[in-house]
Amino acid sequence: MKLRRGKSLRHGLTAAVAAAALAIGGAVGGAEAKTFKWAFQGDVQTMDPHGLFETMTLGFQSNFYEGLVTRTPDLELVPALATSWENVKPDTWRFTLRKGVKFQNGNSFNADDVLFSVDRINTEGSDMKVVAGLIKEAVKVDDHTVDIVTPAPNPILPLQLEIFYIMDKEWAAENNTTSATNVKGDDQGNFANINANGTGPFMVTERQPDVKTVLVPNPNWWGQNKSNITEAVFTPISQDATRVAALISGDVHMAYPIPVQDWKRLEDANGVSPLTGPEARTIFLGFDQDRDELLASSVKGKNPFKDQRVRQAFYQAIDIEAIRSKVMRGSATPSNLMVAPQINGFNAAMNERLPFDVEKAKSLLVEAGYPDGFEVTMDCPNDRYVNDERICQAVASMLAKIGVKIDLLAQTKSKYFGKVLAQNNYDTSFYLLGWTPSTFDSHNPITALMSCRVDGKGAFNLGGYCNERVTELSDLIQVETDQEKRQALIDEAFKIHSEEVGHIPLHQQPLSWGVNDDATVAQRPDNVFHLQYVTVN
Amino acid sequence: MIAFVVRRLLQSIFVMLAVGFIAFSLFNYVGDPINNMVGQDTTLEQRQELRERLGLDDPFVVQYGRFLVKAVQGDFGISYRHRRPVSQLIAERMPATLELSLVAAFLALFIGVPMGVYTGLHRRGFLSQVFLTISLIGVSLPTFLIGILLILIFGVMSQDINSALGFSLLPQLPTFGRGEVTQVGWWSTGFLTQSGILALILPSITLALFQMTLIMRLVRSEMLEVLRTDYIKFARARGLTNRAVNFGHALKNTLVPVITITGLQLGSIIAFALITEQVFQWPGMGLLFIQAINEVDIPVMASYLMMIGFFFVVINLVVDLLYYVVDPRLRADRAVAAGHQ
Repeated sequence: MKLRRGKSLRHGLTAAVAAAALAIGGAVGGAEAKTFKWAFQGDVQTMDPHGLFETMTLGFQSNFYEGLVTRTPDLELVPALATSWENVKPDTWRFTLRKGVKFQNGNSFNADDVLFSVDRINTEGSDMKVVAGLIKEAVKVDDHTVDIVTPAPNPILPLQLEIFYIMDKEWAAENNTTSATNVKGDDQGNFANINANGTGPFMVTERQPDVKTVLVPNPNWWGQNKSNITEAVFTPISQDATRVAALISGDVHMAYPIPVQDWKRLEDANGVSPLTGPEARTIFLGFDQDRDELLASSVKGKNPFKDQRVRQAFYQAIDIEAIRSKVMRGSATPSNLMVAPQINGFNAAMNERLPFDVEKAKSLLVEAGYPDGFEVTMDCPNDRYVNDERICQAVASMLAKIGVKIDLLAQTKSKYFGKVLAQNNYDTSFYLLGWTPSTFDSHNPITALMSCRVDGKGAFNLGGYCNERVTELSDLIQVETDQEKRQALIDEAFKIHSEEVGHIPLHQQPLSWGVNDDATVAQRPDNVFHLQYVTVN
Repeated sequence: MIAFVVRRLLQSIFVMLAVGFIAFSLFNYVGDPINNMVGQDTTLEQRQELRERLGLDDPFVVQYGRFLVKAVQGDFGISYRHRRPVSQLIAERMPATLELSLVAAFLALFIGVPMGVYTGLHRRGFLSQVFLTISLIGVSLPTFLIGILLILIFGVMSQDINSALGFSLLPQLPTFGRGEVTQVGWWSTGFLTQSGILALILPSITLALFQMTLIMRLVRSEMLEVLRTDYIKFARARGLTNRAVNFGHALKNTLVPVITITGLQLGSIIAFALITEQVFQWPGMGLLFIQAINEVDIPVMASYLMMIGFFFVVINLVVDLLYYVVDPRLRADRAVAAGHQ
């Protein structure tokens, strides 16, 4: 967690608690209304907690819906609707549910709601089927105890359940919304798409999609709300310039993301400042190592990226320091691993990058038989990650120095992903991609990015990097319950991947928020924003 | 007359069909909607299943046919992004766009025409030169830049300037959104609250500026033309007041081209309000459409494009009808023609 302007965490929290205490004290004598307004570049897409597996949407919903477990702003896993959990059998986790919790419509929360929510994420429109796949069945032991049986032993199940939110069974039945919102149509689920009824610290009182969403504190919340605000208003503002102007003019207390280029403007302006920190998202480059001939390259009859020396030459030709200081304005954290420090399994000892060395890179290319370099097309999104297109341009100019000519194809995200992902048969030779493990565990990128494309693994391994041991390790890591042994397996996977230069990790990109000096907010490394840590002077 | 209107309405159906056909043939090139609709951990099989459920693998003609069959039954599909019926979304957004467009058209007309008349009558006047310079800015600066400049001046800099001066020179105006709106039936209006009216100021000026300068220049050149004609000289020779000559005779005769252009421009104001809407986060149809493009929300894009096609046809029709009102010669021709039958 990072608090604005050098205030220490302890300090900030103390202040927050004090403010909350004041607010409670003040409430008796008629507290003044404190409205907090904030803006993001897009709207939350649905109020349905099972409609879309996307960070912004799920993060927003976590203000009013809750899962069995949750995370603090430091990403520490803490109890929410479950008070404790244990692995009673290798394939069974027992969750003890919190007693006395009420949904915002007054209904009590109990085991039936958990079972119902498990059913709901299995319905047609649900985008939480990944979570559904983790659960073989949910068994009610008593009203406040639930056993979750997994298809195979799963040591990290609680980590994976943070974003599985619980919906009230009776409310869903009353409003005919027992299936998840379906993009296909039919009215099933559409009530939950625009209405919310959770157990969380805030409640939605008004929802106008793309215009504004108004929330107020939930007076019956079971937890300690650290916020002192009496009302929160969320507005999506898609244009960067308009969003920054709204922040500077004081129309909103907080706006994100702020373009990295505008940080200086915020520092120069009165009453606002940028709030930045390392995001848990790793940006990396990947190569097509699967085809026998690249789809878009001057090299015919063979694939240069199958040669480890070529991949390493690319790696060492990249001046990561220049990218950090020039493109990212000093705000990125260079990385040699495919995961960020906040991710479970990250090992700092292995995060040392290969040195930037143009001569070495050149000689590696000569050894590999490309003394004059070659030409290859690079795919790059231009509106998905922080300064994504500029990073690609910088990489292209760096590779030019070792004789590699890059044809840069930078496109909007819909077109980019439509080209490079599986449905288009991984149509790319060289690409830039970013990844935040949704579980905050290394197993997720090892499976999705680094494993061979077999048995549903390697879905985002766009270049088809394939080492059988890494793939095997992915399976072992999944079921290993001993934390030390598990870490050793994770280290081994990353070590092999690094040595073979399976991808070129670049950096963790920065979080970039702008905050009015009147407000204090907590920044979570995955860009999730929780109202319950907001205070307004 | 009725036959004329009916014929034009029938033509509009063909225009809409053609727009829809072109639109659907282009949707293949705007990217893949699926990735915006699912999370990163959604498996390949689940993605493929969703694609099949939505029929995205079918050839575009089939997709277009399916859309049409449903559309004639009043069902424009479900937005991929909002997961709500498109007809509902458009009905919700239409008041915002129409209010903004009408205010902008009103501004353009009621400022543009007098400015045009003035600059036509006082060709060398100082004020005329000022108007012409302003109009040059309006014609040459792109809309989004004007919008951002206005935001900068009236949203960001006004505070600093006012505090530096010690008095309120520039008002602080809302820079995004519609302010508080009031529901009147299904129509949401911003005219009834103070914040709603304040929120209209910057976007409507931004949207109106180009049209205003266009109308001003048009009226000016027409006025210059008309003032040289013989009947104006006769009118003056008859000793009519300047007012009667300028407004009763000259201005009236400049109006036919002005109405044509204004009418067509009203269509483009509505259609191209989307740039202004995006800059000011104005929750109208244009913003809906831009976001639909970003997210490849095909049902919204298709419905919007066809609806705008319909708007253009209807506005053209209204313009044609207005000619009869303004230009007596047309009525006379018709009457004569009818008389000979």
